[in-house]
Amino acid sequence: MSTSTYVKDARPPTAAEAPPPANRRPLMRRFTAWLTAVAFTLPALILFGALVLTPILYALYVSLFNWGGFGSPEDYVGIDNYTRLLDDPVFLGDLWRGLLLVLFSIAVQLPFALAMAVALNQKLRGRAVYRMLFFAPYVLSEVITGVLFMMIFAPDEGLADRALGSIGLDGLGGLWFADQDTVLPTLFLVMTWKYFGFHMMLYLAGLQNIPAELHEAARIDGANAWQRFRHVTLPLLGPTIRISIFLSVIGAIQLFDLVWVVTQGGPDHHSETMAVTLFQFGFKRYQMGYASAISIALFLISLVFAIAYQRLVMRRDTEGALTTMRGAR
Amino acid sequence: MPASDFSRRRFLGAASAAGLGATALTACGGDDSDSGKDSSGRTVVELWNIQTTEPSKTIWPERAKAFEAKNPDVRIKLVTLENDAYKSKLTAQTSSGKLPDIFHTWGGGVLQQQVDAGLVEDLTATYEPMADALVPAAVKPYQLDGKTYGLPFDIGAVGFWYNKALFKKAKIETPPATWADYLDAVEKLKSAGITPIALAGKEKWPGMYYWAYLATRIAGVDGMQKAADAKDFTGDDFVKAGEHLKDLVALEPFQKGFLGAAYSLPGGEAAVMGNGKAAMELMGQWAPIVQADAGKGIGKDLGFFPFPSVAGGKGALTDVFGGGNGYAVRKGAPKAAVDFLKFFLSADNDRILVEKASLLPVVKEAKSALTDPNLTAVYDTLEASTAFQLYLDQAYPPAVGQEVNDSVAALIAGSKSPDDVARSVTQVFKSS
Repeated sequence: MSTSTYVKDARPPTAAEAPPPANRRPLMRRFTAWLTAVAFTLPALILFGALVLTPILYALYVSLFNWGGFGSPEDYVGIDNYTRLLDDPVFLGDLWRGLLLVLFSIAVQLPFALAMAVALNQKLRGRAVYRMLFFAPYVLSEVITGVLFMMIFAPDEGLADRALGSIGLDGLGGLWFADQDTVLPTLFLVMTWKYFGFHMMLYLAGLQNIPAELHEAARIDGANAWQRFRHVTLPLLGPTIRISIFLSVIGAIQLFDLVWVVTQGGPDHHSETMAVTLFQFGFKRYQMGYASAISIALFLISLVFAIAYQRLVMRRDTEGALTTMRGAR
Repeated sequence: MPASDFSRRRFLGAASAAGLGATALTACGGDDSDSGKDSSGRTVVELWNIQTTEPSKTIWPERAKAFEAKNPDVRIKLVTLENDAYKSKLTAQTSSGKLPDIFHTWGGGVLQQQVDAGLVEDLTATYEPMADALVPAAVKPYQLDGKTYGLPFDIGAVGFWYNKALFKKAKIETPPATWADYLDAVEKLKSAGITPIALAGKEKWPGMYYWAYLATRIAGVDGMQKAADAKDFTGDDFVKAGEHLKDLVALEPFQKGFLGAAYSLPGGEAAVMGNGKAAMELMGQWAPIVQADAGKGIGKDLGFFPFPSVAGGKGALTDVFGGGNGYAVRKGAPKAAVDFLKFFLSADNDRILVEKASLLPVVKEAKSALTDPNLTAVYDTLEASTAFQLYLDQAYPPAVGQEVNDSVAALIAGSKSPDDVARSVTQVFKSS
């Protein structure tokens, strides 16, 4: 800071001495620099404010009312909608199911994607075909995926039960989406099928950035395949894995379309997610206040997770990406 | 490193995507529905309808043209929206206070809210001169506090659609007329190796019909009204309705995987019925069409019987549970809007709707156009009805209707007791 350096000057200034002009000019320059920055970011800020901030603030405002969506909100209830959230078994269940999906994703889906990526990074006949095949489900729309798997997992009639039956494994077939206990695992199966290809692609891109020389050097040092993976590939893939976990978690928190198409959150709320509950209250029950409270909760959970993850886990990856004007001062 | 350069953008994207949940809630579409004059000086009447499927899709514009031919100074501007899109769009329009001149309505709770907001024209004076010509049950949904706020073009009722061949196979001579007989019939069907009932558990509303009909039979339509006025469903009658339903569920009468079954999709309730794989379903007058569409349809084997009465109940076997479709008029709409509704409700016009669009007559005289035996059975039930109970999700505010659906679904899935259902419906009603 210019003023503080001035004050800290070894010799206290005398009254006759005007501050050196060299100090005033940076102040002017800082101001014009600031003005330029404002001028350039203003259009983006206006858009961000109008399309993102305003709705969030409005939702925050609405969440303090008991409002059916008609007229303007009048019945002010304070934080009642939020205390109701903490009492709502469906919402608490949403949190639990969200956590399960996150854990499943990290423990099953991502390692599977990583294994596939490592396998498809080898020199292999028809490698490009495999890559395309595994990535294809990701391109499919959620709704089509949902309808497809509803047919596949239709009890008795569906492909899954027929296929299991034809190889004498009828016992493994079941109600799939139609049972409280199996709906979430079945849903997770579909999610894995749909999304592992995307993470596989991320990992493949990451793998290709690892210089072959490192592997060569490790091999010369006598490292076996596992050691090369554990001590060369994995550490260098760190940033990719961290971002892939991040995307996977945010995706699980906001899961909506697949669930809505396949089960609408049922049977008896056993596959309901926060976004589904939000939709139910907003557009089925028209309880905009409560639905807004859910949306704020969803927003805060995503935001807190995003910031904490950025600060704690991805700190090294983002270094240098966050630009400051410190250098210009 | 590939990760670092897009991580921040991803972060912002994720944060704003979370905000989208909040955004979606507040997004309102609103275009101007200024009902003025068109370039040739005709009065423009905007009519919002949900006739997106054939044959109605063709018939509606035809009827509008027919009206315009008789009234050269009026232009009917049809705005056709898909059912769910219509609902959310109308909600947005209602909250902005700008309704179209004529709009589709199902009556009941939503219409009541629009009336309370002072947005709907009172049509009582228009209705009274033609009251005798109309089927009374058809107008019921739009009559609130003794006034008429909408006019019907369609009416329907819920009842049991059954497979005569399967009933015969299970040696059931006549369709059951009491709940005890009904449970008996279910057991007979089961022991004959037939799935007694098809149910779309995923969609919740088909399950709600059972509870609602039982409640109507036990408490009577008056009792239902009283409970709604007091916002209190904890009375014995409603707990009993839940208990009777629980007795049925205990027999495990539904098809395999019913909790995940949709209504009209392949493999859903209608398909199971339409392919002759279940003996009955509780459904509205549209059931035969959907059965034939989703499945093969069972043709002449299909029969209809009213919901059984419950011993000691205050409701009669002839009380009907159902609903219809109608139109309401925006307060301050041009007079031509009301003229159009009068035209639409004429016997001649209704006959065309019955004949070509397979709707049930709302004008008694139009019955002559009815040929389908199944629809005739539903119409006869409606014409002879002693009382009429509107679909609960339309009669009550949306939150209450959904809670009934939700709680009854939980009862059928076994996670709520009859008492819980009565209590949670009451709790939501009281706070609405």
